[in-house]
Amino acid sequence: MTPRTRLAAPLLAAALLTAACGGGGGSTAAPASDAAKPGEKIKLTVGLFGDFGFKPLYEEYKKTHPNIEIVENVTQFNDHHSNLVKRLATNAGAGDVEAVEVGYISTFTAQPNKFVDLKQYGLDKRQSDYLDWKWQQGLSKDGGRLLGLGTDVGGLAMCYRKDLFKKAGLPTGRAEVAALWPTWEQYIDTGKKFAAANVAGAKFTDSPGEIFRAMVNQAPVGLYDAQDNIIVGSNPDVKKAWDLSNRLTQEGLTAKLAAFSPPWNTGFAKGSFATIICPAWMTGFIQEQAKDATGKWDIATVPGGSGNSGGSHLMVPKQSKHPKEAAELIDFLTSKDNQARVFKEEGTFPSIPALYDDPSIQNFTKPFFGDAPIGKIYSEAAKALKPQHLGPKEADVRVAIGNGLGRVEQGKQTPDEAWAQVLEDVKKIK
Amino acid sequence: MSALPLAVTRRRRRSVRHTLDLRVSPYAYVAPFFLLFCAFGLFPLVYTAWVSLHEWTLLSDTQEFIGLGNYATLLADPYFWNATFNTLSIGVLSTVPQLLLAIWLAHLLNRRLRFQTLFRISLLLPNVTSVVAVVVIFSQLFGRDFGLINWVLSWFGVGTVDWAAGTATSHVALSVMIMWRWTGYNALIFLAAMQAVPRELYEAATIDGASGFRQLRSITIPMIRPTIIFVVIVSTIGAMQIIAEPMLFGQSSGGGGGIATGGPDRQFQTLALFVYEQGFANSTFDFGYASAASWLMFLAVVIVAGINFLISRRVRGGVV
Repeated sequence: MTPRTRLAAPLLAAALLTAACGGGGGSTAAPASDAAKPGEKIKLTVGLFGDFGFKPLYEEYKKTHPNIEIVENVTQFNDHHSNLVKRLATNAGAGDVEAVEVGYISTFTAQPNKFVDLKQYGLDKRQSDYLDWKWQQGLSKDGGRLLGLGTDVGGLAMCYRKDLFKKAGLPTGRAEVAALWPTWEQYIDTGKKFAAANVAGAKFTDSPGEIFRAMVNQAPVGLYDAQDNIIVGSNPDVKKAWDLSNRLTQEGLTAKLAAFSPPWNTGFAKGSFATIICPAWMTGFIQEQAKDATGKWDIATVPGGSGNSGGSHLMVPKQSKHPKEAAELIDFLTSKDNQARVFKEEGTFPSIPALYDDPSIQNFTKPFFGDAPIGKIYSEAAKALKPQHLGPKEADVRVAIGNGLGRVEQGKQTPDEAWAQVLEDVKKIK
Repeated sequence: MSALPLAVTRRRRRSVRHTLDLRVSPYAYVAPFFLLFCAFGLFPLVYTAWVSLHEWTLLSDTQEFIGLGNYATLLADPYFWNATFNTLSIGVLSTVPQLLLAIWLAHLLNRRLRFQTLFRISLLLPNVTSVVAVVVIFSQLFGRDFGLINWVLSWFGVGTVDWAAGTATSHVALSVMIMWRWTGYNALIFLAAMQAVPRELYEAATIDGASGFRQLRSITIPMIRPTIIFVVIVSTIGAMQIIAEPMLFGQSSGGGGGIATGGPDRQFQTLALFVYEQGFANSTFDFGYASAASWLMFLAVVIVAGINFLISRRVRGGVV
């Protein structure tokens, strides 16, 4: 090296600048909506993590709103959310519409003053459309303000590779596969059978992280209690999920591929794992990554009953110069028709229950997944779903636990040692 | 008390202007740097020190003065010490072989060669490559399942190495990335210094039958010692500040873990990355703690650079 990665210096400078501005207490309050002058284009920026399948919707929206121009900024999941926090704190740089994933939603609804109350623009009329719990998640803590409108929910299922199951001598029909694993213990037993068959180059599942998440999400109470205390150490359901996830590792059933890393992406294409936890949005992802595997994947029910993994809300930061137009755009993007449309194209499942019995959803199948009745599977998952309270630092707690699972997976620690360290790490999260 | 003749006044005025020019102009010339340094160097430094004495998070509106509390917590934080160890380890692993390699490369290029300029320019190419590209590509080379390096190792019967998972292996992988980017750059600096070494010395040595290596050891190195000291110190400072490589390596190697923890076991989290984690990646945005860590990091850089300076001054020998 040499006068090299001088990143530390700019980072510090940035820290100070942001801190300085943040301390200023928002002296530059966002001006009220600039009245749109006739003939002038209004530019709305939409901040997303990953592809939400909105692009065709923008085109359509522009047809009826010729004065609106829409720019989409897509960043990575982690970057997107931490950038949003910084931009809110410094009162600059946030988009007009920002997506927030469910793991972060409480972090942001805990700061109601940073966001536009969408009731102002009449979006509370949409309440009757939504799943009740999804609607609640978008409210401020006191329930007084509407801060975010839901896009999708992540009802759970289990995707599996028929060809690999066949090689391992396991049944391949989705009903029979579902019958293999009503519980997670049975899922692990099936995994052992799969491992015993020694299918070359393939493990039973990708990694324990997402499975842990699914198991916790199935429990009535998760990482936080209703008073926003972290209860990782005292909630038996979390410990049970931890133990079962680690059993997957100890039985050698995981391919040790951390979710959303490049090797994990390669794993889809190479068929490195036979099953994967499959919230609705994952189906779009699999299709994207495993382009050559048409017809090889199928979808069965998830062990342990339904739960939610993922799903997002769209919010309007207060600093937006065009809150009214942004709110209208959100109303459009989350409309019943458009949620149904995005589901059919991208796989993200609607948060509007009226759609679940709609024939166009019920009968929707996808050739990529062997014509699996995707609409039906996820409708049932979403209907059976019991919502769980999420705390303000969900994301940090999950990183701490995910690291623990990783240490066991990489052979650094025994599950007990890793658990002790997880509890220590979690204690530090303020 | 008659009025001074006009000429005298004018001369004096001119001389005043001249002295002013002599005295003040140099300051005006160097001012831009120092003004910028004050705004972007000194002020942040002092402000960071101030922040580090507070319980200061981005999300809360009040900042409580807690004195050296952050420092006390930090010194008792095993993750801080872990990051310090990693920084030193990666620093040594990358700097030492890199500088030896750079001197050797410069020595080779110091001879008369065809396409000399081409070779010299190509030395700089790795350095102008984006660090992101470097890390992404090297992460693939060091991939566990489908990586080129493991594939080559498999010819020799070496089992699959999970580069990102191990402490030592991940440090080696990161050091290789750093070396790839900076060896050529340092070689060019050495080469520039070597060009100033009198040719006659080499001619005389050749007549005496000294080998290339002997000439390198006994003539080149002693002659370019000031440059070596300079490069060693600058490289050391750079090594203490590594952040982009481990951060990107964690993301693109699938080593798992949060974006800034440097692997699930923090096996390759450097000090700068630790600061980033505390200040920016945790949703607490604990600026007070991050500032305290960056101040200790600053002290560590000063100490390590100082030790380095003393050692490299001691290392004398050969001619001159």
